[in-house]
Amino acid sequence: MLKILKYFSTKNVWFIIVSTAFIVLQVWLDLKLPDYLAEITQLVQTEGNSLSQVWEPGAYMMLCAIGSLLASFIVVYLVAQSAASLAKRLRSLLFDKVESFSMAEMNRFSTASLITRSTNDITQVQTIMAMGLQVMIKAPILAVWAIVKISSKSWQWTLSSGVSVALLLLMIAIVIVFAMPKFRAIQGLTDQLNRVTREGLTGLRVIRAYNAAKSQEAKFERANRELTGANLFTSRLMALMMPVMSLIMSGLSLAIYWIGAHLINGAEMPSRLGLFSDMVIFSSYAMQIVMAFMMLSMVFFMLPRASVSAKRVMEVLNTEPGIKDGGLKPSAGAGTGEIEFRNVSFKYADSDEYVLEDISFVAHRGETVAFIGSTGSGKSTLLNLIPRFYDATEGEVLVDGMNVKDYALRDLHNKLGYVPQKAVLFTGTVTSNVAYGDNGRAAGSADDVKKAVAIAKGKEFVEKLEDGYEGSISQGGTNLSGGQKQRLSIARAVYRKPDIYIFDDSFSALDYKTDRQLRSMLKQETTGATNLIVGQRIGTIKEADLILVLDEGRIVGRGKHHELLQTCEVYRQIANSQLSKEELEIG
Amino acid sequence: MANQQTATKQSINFKGTMGKLVAYCRPYLPLIIVALLLSVVGTIFTIYGPSQLEKMTDHITAGLFGEIDMDAIGRIGILLAVLYGLSVVFSFFQGYMMATVTQKVSKSLRERISQKINKLPLKYFDSTSNGDVLSRVTNDIDTIGQTMNQSVGMLVTSVTMLVGSLFMMFYTNVWMTITAILSTFLGFAFMTTMIKKSQTHFVHQQANLGAMNGHVEEIYSGYDVVKVYNAERMAKEKFNEINDKLYESSWKSQFLSGMTMPLMMFVGNFSYVAVCIVGGALAMNGRITFGVIVAFMIYVRLFTQPLGQIAQAATTLQATAAASERVFEFLDEKELEDESRKTKALKEVKGQVEFRNVAFGYDPDKLIIHDFSAKARPGQKIAIVGPTGAGKTTIVNLLMRFYELNGGEIAIDGVPIHELPRENVHEQFCMVLQDTWLFEGTIKENIVFNKQGVTDAEVKEVCKAVGIDHFIRTLTHGYDTVLNEQVNLSAGQKQLITIARALIANAPLLILDEATSSVDTRTELLIQEAMDRLMAGRTSFVIAHRLSTIKNADMILVMKDGDIIESGNHRELLAAGGFYAELYNSQFETAEAAM
Repeated sequence: MLKILKYFSTKNVWFIIVSTAFIVLQVWLDLKLPDYLAEITQLVQTEGNSLSQVWEPGAYMMLCAIGSLLASFIVVYLVAQSAASLAKRLRSLLFDKVESFSMAEMNRFSTASLITRSTNDITQVQTIMAMGLQVMIKAPILAVWAIVKISSKSWQWTLSSGVSVALLLLMIAIVIVFAMPKFRAIQGLTDQLNRVTREGLTGLRVIRAYNAAKSQEAKFERANRELTGANLFTSRLMALMMPVMSLIMSGLSLAIYWIGAHLINGAEMPSRLGLFSDMVIFSSYAMQIVMAFMMLSMVFFMLPRASVSAKRVMEVLNTEPGIKDGGLKPSAGAGTGEIEFRNVSFKYADSDEYVLEDISFVAHRGETVAFIGSTGSGKSTLLNLIPRFYDATEGEVLVDGMNVKDYALRDLHNKLGYVPQKAVLFTGTVTSNVAYGDNGRAAGSADDVKKAVAIAKGKEFVEKLEDGYEGSISQGGTNLSGGQKQRLSIARAVYRKPDIYIFDDSFSALDYKTDRQLRSMLKQETTGATNLIVGQRIGTIKEADLILVLDEGRIVGRGKHHELLQTCEVYRQIANSQLSKEELEIG
Repeated sequence: MANQQTATKQSINFKGTMGKLVAYCRPYLPLIIVALLLSVVGTIFTIYGPSQLEKMTDHITAGLFGEIDMDAIGRIGILLAVLYGLSVVFSFFQGYMMATVTQKVSKSLRERISQKINKLPLKYFDSTSNGDVLSRVTNDIDTIGQTMNQSVGMLVTSVTMLVGSLFMMFYTNVWMTITAILSTFLGFAFMTTMIKKSQTHFVHQQANLGAMNGHVEEIYSGYDVVKVYNAERMAKEKFNEINDKLYESSWKSQFLSGMTMPLMMFVGNFSYVAVCIVGGALAMNGRITFGVIVAFMIYVRLFTQPLGQIAQAATTLQATAAASERVFEFLDEKELEDESRKTKALKEVKGQVEFRNVAFGYDPDKLIIHDFSAKARPGQKIAIVGPTGAGKTTIVNLLMRFYELNGGEIAIDGVPIHELPRENVHEQFCMVLQDTWLFEGTIKENIVFNKQGVTDAEVKEVCKAVGIDHFIRTLTHGYDTVLNEQVNLSAGQKQLITIARALIANAPLLILDEATSSVDTRTELLIQEAMDRLMAGRTSFVIAHRLSTIKNADMILVMKDGDIIESGNHRELLAAGGFYAELYNSQFETAEAAM
């Protein structure tokens, strides 16, 4: 929690120092106020004073109140600015950090958690800074100052204030000990309830089909009961807190007056009036002290949640991205579009099992190399090594003769047109999605966008959209069908005019007919580019110049379609499952 | 965050919604009334306190130049101590009761929603986002739980305190009262304008937070594309733009809301000073005693405090209303038809399924299936094909009665399914959907699901049949491994588990909704073998892209734009040379198809 403070900018640190000065001023004014009150008390009690004499201390009292308001105006302004700019900075740093992450870090944190950390968690930190900082500076200053000011007056009064503060602290301690763990538990139980509900909603069809509504309700009931139990405990405890707090406050003023009566009664005549005004001041100081501790206790309630948030934010900021930019520019004149894997093996950092073992192949310029194999055979992982989503554990991945680890990432990425398995679209328009990003060249024209969409067989549906190429795309492309999204995602790669295309099972969302038409169009339009394709359908890959058959991370067959049918058992099995004998022979 | 969002939204029908909420709380009404009475009494004690403190002060001042009446002081002290004590007890019981009532009401509302989910037609969920329903169960009910407790209690105490302290003030001294009221309202006029102003900044802040959330979500989840397309700078620019706006609105709203406390303090101080000066003047003239000033010093606090609280309670009550409205809106949705009077039920089903002049449209005005008839004999395999988005899942929706027909009927063994209770229809099917659905629970629980009396041996046997027994046994806890986010199953493995679930269900009819499309072809071969065994003797409806599943089907339904445009077996359809033939042949036009 405290470590997060180092992200305050120098300007904000000054803001906080200045605001501390103003807090001191404010406390001084707040404590000065009762002094004038005492003066008024004395004036009123002494015979023979005129009314005009009351005006003076009255005016000073007023000045104190206004001064205190102005001081807090400045303090609140400075603190609000500091807290908001800390939040802004943290958000920005976090965003940069996440953008520098490799897939390994992304998966470790999970996207959903990173989103919460970038938004909600930072808001939590901001709130505690804005509300807490001020109170945490003010309360101790106020308490110490007020105690110093009154301790000389009478030990009995000081004792009763001390007892009240002790009781207050005891209450806070009880809450921390008993309620805090429950508060934390409530967070977990709410998540649980959320999960069960979400589960029930996503599985609605299955649940109904299996007539499992009752068992789902029972699950919900269990989560509901647990959450309600924890909520009941904390809210009942809180119901105790407030009355006890106000009892401490009113009890204290009663005690001060009661004790005061005894003190005055026991005192000599001349000092009686002084004691009386002391009593009035004291009761007002005592209130201030109690208030200070009450504010502090409120901060304590907020602290645990905020500190969990701060920790979650720090965790991300302290994570070093696993992939470092190589920084080298590709040498001019080197071949374009050649990819070579030299004895590449890969395993995840926390695993002993290799996902890929000893993969070697070369894709020359303009060639199509396809990868096929069962789920978990490592096809997609292999492709992920080229844009450096992951780095090879052993061996080398070379693009145009240079190891990908040596490249400046921008230059490496500029060579690639990548189409993921699941199409990703961004809020915006068709055009902004197709002309996405930066390829190191000047931005293309509207015609380039149209052409790319046409190649990706998206022309027909795009032109049917209300605003055509300026038609809006909602977040995640939810206003398009799966096939349409995939076509725009392919158009995005085409628009980039890359040397190398990477299709990670990008065609399976399309039906056979569109798949075939699209590929033949691509073939015509992208001559000279190297294609790497992961596919599940034989039809998608059978025309490739080289097909690599993967099984459990190893290459178990390489060659063209008709060769593999003869030589590779795994390939034959796959082919048999999809095509009949006659069709295999035709192919 | 969502809490505040609903809070800032103005409730459309405040009275109606609150009425519903009160009606909903009816079983607890006596408890609530007792609680409120307790809080009124407790508050009256608090207000009565200062008048006793005033008496005490008067006794002290009276004795300043003589003997203080210590007996009287003692009596008043004890009386006050008792009053304060009682007041604590009362307010505690009030708080305790209200807390209990609110939590119980929240719980029962949640329960009602959870039951309601199972009573609503699927149509509702297909047209609403899950997030929306989810936020009603959690955020909205949480808001009700938190705000109802605070606001109702606060409102009652505050009003009592306000009225009570006004009464006591007037009773004590009229001029002092007028001073206190005037100075307080002056301060409050100032504060209200502040609060109004901050409201707009809060709304902006929420909107900017929403925008930030959206952008971050988009960039993080499309991370791979952002990277490879070198779009980091572009993403950061947009991020900075939103971040700047968020910063502006957030410091402003924080500043304005941060000013409420100091302003409250100032109003308090201001009235305090005013009371002291006016009181001092009056006391000097001998028109009041000093005790009156002491009492007023406390009354002023008692008076300003509830004003702020009433304002706060009013806004939280708005939030309660907004949240309740969303909850009741959901609870009032039209439910599925009650079927308790349907006594017909299928047992021993042979598996004949007949579509008779079926007409259907998701929108009754726009029929997509106009007049479809077909008959599947027991044990036949019916494949449903068509391009993406052609509406293949419609058939599943109709067979399972997730949606009702607009005309014609579907009959199992000659009995129209709309004459049967839905549960009975569901019992006849086992189903495997494209989106595999697994819940957090052990693998065994996921496979057994809702089937009664399944032995471990049966589960194992089924898993062997679909080829995941070996894989499951390699997991640390085997069949008792809990499936959650930490356990990484491949799409294929998940699919196989749902297939095992369908095998366990062992119903006479089978639905495979693109069941094998996310499994690679080799695994599919394994599944296919298991499926073939399963399909023997069962009428099955298979939606798939794969030719192997289509070609040996007894009947193929070809769908396009929602309608069934062709039906027949593979050879018939090829011979007919229609849409199916085109779809099928496109696979093999290899001349220019290579890449």
